[in-house]
Amino acid sequence: MNLKKIYSKNREMYRLLGIMVLWLIFMAFTQSKKFYTGANFLTMAGQFPEYGLMVIGGMLCMMTGGIDLSVVGSANMASILCALTAIRLYGAEGSMGAGGYILFFVIAVIVGLVVGTANGLLVARVKVPPILATLGINELLTGLSVVMTGGAAISKFPKEFCDAFSKNIGGLLPMRVLVFLIAAVVIWFMLERTTYGTKLRLFGTNAHVAEFSGMNTTALILKTYITSGICASIGGLMMLSSYASARADYGSDYTMKAILIMVLGGVSPNGGKGKMSGVITALVLLKLIESGIRRFRSVSDYYVTLIWGAVLLLALVLDYLSTRPKKAKA
Amino acid sequence: MAQSLLKAEHVKISFGSVHALRDVSLEIAPGEIHCLAGENGCGKSTIIKIISGVYQRDGGTIEFDGKKLDRITPIDSINMGIQVIYQDFSLFPNLTVAENLALNTEVASGKKLVSWKNVRKIAEDAVSKINFDVDLDARVSTLTVAQKQMVAISRALMFNARLIIMDEPTTALTRKEVDALFEIILKLKAQGIAILFISHKLNEVFEISDRFTIFRNGEMVATGLTSELDDRKFTYYMTGREFADQTFVPAKLSKEPVFELKDASLDGAFENINLALRGGEILGITGLLDSGRTQLGLSMFGIMQLTSGKILRNGKEVSITNPRDAIANKIGYVPEDRLSEGLFLQRSIGDNIIISEIDKLTNGIRYDLKKRDAEIARWVKELEIKTNNPENPATTLSGGNQQRIVLAKWLACDLDVLILNGPTVGVDIGSKHDIHAILQKLAGSGLGVIIISDDLPEIIQNCSRIVVIREGKLVAEYDTQNVTEQMILDSMM
Amino acid sequence: MRGRIKKLFRSNEPYIFLIIIVLGIVIQIRSGQFFTGNNIVDLLSALIVPGLFAIGEFLALIAGGIDVSFPALASLSAYATTKFLLDREYGGNVLLAFVIAIAIGAVLGAVNGLFIGYLNLNAMIVTLGTSSIFKGIMQGTLRANQLAVIPAGMKSFGITPFISAYNAKNGLTSVLPFTFLILVAVCALMFFILRYTIFGRGIYAIGGNPISAHAAGFHVKRTKFIMYIMIGMIASASGICRVCMMQQCHPTNMLGMEMNIIAGVVLGGVALTGGAGTLTGCMLGTFLIIMVQNSMILLGIPTTWSSVFVGAVIVIGVAISAYQANHQGVGSHQHKSNAKKEAVS
Repeated sequence: MNLKKIYSKNREMYRLLGIMVLWLIFMAFTQSKKFYTGANFLTMAGQFPEYGLMVIGGMLCMMTGGIDLSVVGSANMASILCALTAIRLYGAEGSMGAGGYILFFVIAVIVGLVVGTANGLLVARVKVPPILATLGINELLTGLSVVMTGGAAISKFPKEFCDAFSKNIGGLLPMRVLVFLIAAVVIWFMLERTTYGTKLRLFGTNAHVAEFSGMNTTALILKTYITSGICASIGGLMMLSSYASARADYGSDYTMKAILIMVLGGVSPNGGKGKMSGVITALVLLKLIESGIRRFRSVSDYYVTLIWGAVLLLALVLDYLSTRPKKAKA
Repeated sequence: MAQSLLKAEHVKISFGSVHALRDVSLEIAPGEIHCLAGENGCGKSTIIKIISGVYQRDGGTIEFDGKKLDRITPIDSINMGIQVIYQDFSLFPNLTVAENLALNTEVASGKKLVSWKNVRKIAEDAVSKINFDVDLDARVSTLTVAQKQMVAISRALMFNARLIIMDEPTTALTRKEVDALFEIILKLKAQGIAILFISHKLNEVFEISDRFTIFRNGEMVATGLTSELDDRKFTYYMTGREFADQTFVPAKLSKEPVFELKDASLDGAFENINLALRGGEILGITGLLDSGRTQLGLSMFGIMQLTSGKILRNGKEVSITNPRDAIANKIGYVPEDRLSEGLFLQRSIGDNIIISEIDKLTNGIRYDLKKRDAEIARWVKELEIKTNNPENPATTLSGGNQQRIVLAKWLACDLDVLILNGPTVGVDIGSKHDIHAILQKLAGSGLGVIIISDDLPEIIQNCSRIVVIREGKLVAEYDTQNVTEQMILDSMM
Repeated sequence: MRGRIKKLFRSNEPYIFLIIIVLGIVIQIRSGQFFTGNNIVDLLSALIVPGLFAIGEFLALIAGGIDVSFPALASLSAYATTKFLLDREYGGNVLLAFVIAIAIGAVLGAVNGLFIGYLNLNAMIVTLGTSSIFKGIMQGTLRANQLAVIPAGMKSFGITPFISAYNAKNGLTSVLPFTFLILVAVCALMFFILRYTIFGRGIYAIGGNPISAHAAGFHVKRTKFIMYIMIGMIASASGICRVCMMQQCHPTNMLGMEMNIIAGVVLGGVALTGGAGTLTGCMLGTFLIIMVQNSMILLGIPTTWSSVFVGAVIVIGVAISAYQANHQGVGSHQHKSNAKKEAVS
């Protein structure tokens, strides 16, 4: 009974954990030598923060019943602006000091702030459906990025930042994971330890009642989209460090990937529901599956997307079967 | 009574361990207007669903037109001439009136193609039956509630109906529209069609029905001629309780008004309204549905903004342009539609209670969960909200208890002025009396209360003063000590 | 008559039409090249593939759903068909290509329809998932990569002019291939189905009020199921058109189109909430986006700016229509519509 209660409190997460355990066992039997290596786990850990950041920010938007489709646009805009600024200040071959690191983060935060404000105002004030507002903004951002770069990749710029954020702390914790963890803790704190989380969930349940309850809904929406924008832009910095170059069309499949992870992690696209634990479990699970499949030589990388889609549908169907009403009540 | 049209006896049904209907009987004669009344959850909607074939009964007999029916399917029910008009009318807002009327027939004909000529003809026939004048090409979403209801009635009549069941048909209608509806009901009666009219509004039951049946807790408690029924009996049958009438007398009034409106106008809704509310007083605002009373309430709370005029608190002008301004000025508002405006139904009772004061429940930037739980426990106790766990969703409560949550939400904000719009709509009679007692107690402790309502007995009993608004203007003011319903009605119309 | 005109201007279509005309005139003034035969032909030719996709998306939105899987679905069926015909060294008519692709599209659409229609799952998430699966099948199972050669039948179908227009000023000839007729035919067919069949009215009815639609006797689940099959078939036909017109099969270059297509359809006045919108609006909205994308050169703006302009059009367009909707009380706050109701009665 008690176990059942614990399970039902966070059903999505436990279900994903179950799938994860099965997968880890499967990998242990089939590919344990290639899969269970420190190097493999470090590689996996170094790869997910770039879209992981988009996921944990975008999840807040989804909890309002909205969606942020501009995450990839913001990320590329941030990384391109950083690269271009570095070239201008330090020269393409030059080196930048500690100030440069701060500058990069400042640029990312500003990009997130501007994009988030634009999205937030369109959604809260003009009442544009979020899917269209953020889509339009994404198109604009991508367009501007193309204009700034001429569509080509920028790869000649001071590389200290890329090198520094590709390192592992003590050989164990990749810097990029550290950045991700900091962001995750901040957002978890906002959701579970400040009033923002309660407001967000209530607003996502019924925006109209929120208005009648005297909630400052415009401020709430703005805060949400700005947080998402900042997370995405910092995700852009992580992309910059991992690719060592910036380009307008990097990470084009990250939007769908991010939404998929949110939904899989139990965030309801209708709003009002979502937990950090579920989303992070989904994030880790997908990375384990993706990386695991790559260990099989004979299996194409592209099966990864197929399996993602299948896992998503499976989760949906399981949810459907377990919540189906037994008999109509009066 | 001659041969009855519908005769249901000792009908039982249960869902799992819940006995929704223990033993109910219902008998309707041809061409009779029969009123079925009862509080929420008494089994009114369950019996409709059994008659219309949505649910299958577990026991009892049902006869229609003298024939015993073992099993009723929805199709049988329609074929026999039973039509149900639900509260939401089951219309398609995005389609035209003509199509809404003709669609069922077209689908039922089994044809694959739509003949628009035919659609038009069916629609014209349908509206002509009740002389309903409407643009057949208008989208249903652009119609008024009353027009939508007429569309639903016209549609029901297309199937050679012999019994039309109307589920609370007057809820969203203005008085004029109710009169028009009653006229149509009488016309249908004259054509020999029986009407089962579901309502819990006392005055309507008296006004329209020939006979009545009252359910309570899944059992039939009374049936008979409406002419033999009175207020007191009606309330007793509905609730099983007797209530003493306790007319409100303000205990202590503040010297100066706590809240005033000076020449307040809102384009297209009301103009030059002057009002003054003193602490400890309960002021009633009444008027017809389209009088501008709701907009007035919304303007006082900042959901709508006055086009001109002033709002004063304790004699000082304040600017109220959104609900946050109102709350900052210690004004709360209990909205008309609890379900769509008042409550986060799927969220916990606790979150619903503290949402408006949430910014005070902090410790630095942290959300103080201990403070939160204490606050919730306090209000659950204070307003006697019947729940064993405030973390359960608000949907688990009855209408009366839900309304208490909305009250708690505002009381927790420590207000000076509380505005309530239709505070007991959809609340059962028992809870209604309790809510009235709460409001009177609050006023006794110095709160200024405004009740906006067209439930005249309610405001006469609970208010110390009543103002009447008609077509956007204040037209009368009464002291409740010497006013009758008729006097108020006369100034409303 | 005046009432009619009033009613007309309450919808989106006339505005979009006006914007298209005004924009056309602006481009004409700037370049003198807009209202020329070859430019119009170019635009129409660019409309074919997105136009077909838009019709499919239109169906999904009207029924209260959404489809983000059609680019992956079209890519998969078009690639599989082309590859199959190439492997068989098929040299015959293009018809077979369409038949095979549409059959594959029907099966893939049925997968969407099964989950969305019969299991009643969220359409956005389901199509997101199937999109991933279709991509996986194409790139994983079929190991898709670019096919530079396509079967002869498809090749000639893609370049044989239905109409060609020569512009004496710049010496360019533009060709409108026969694929345009497919767009016209699908458009006409869908117009007929939506307007004159019980099935089509059912799609509108479901989008308006699914519970009442069920009560009115529509087979809600089956209607949705069949509708998603149709969307799959239309998308696949579009995929084949694309391959024929490009003269090569690129498995991934249709991916990512979904959002701009949805934006175009919504610009044309189709509600994301279902039930409302017309085929005319859908095509006008799509055409507007195509027009902006394709008029950069005429205006002397580098093509790199194209996304910026498309983004601006989407943002401004949806902002205006949202503003309009709010100020008409449609889909806005309840109290506003209540106020309206009260004012009317």
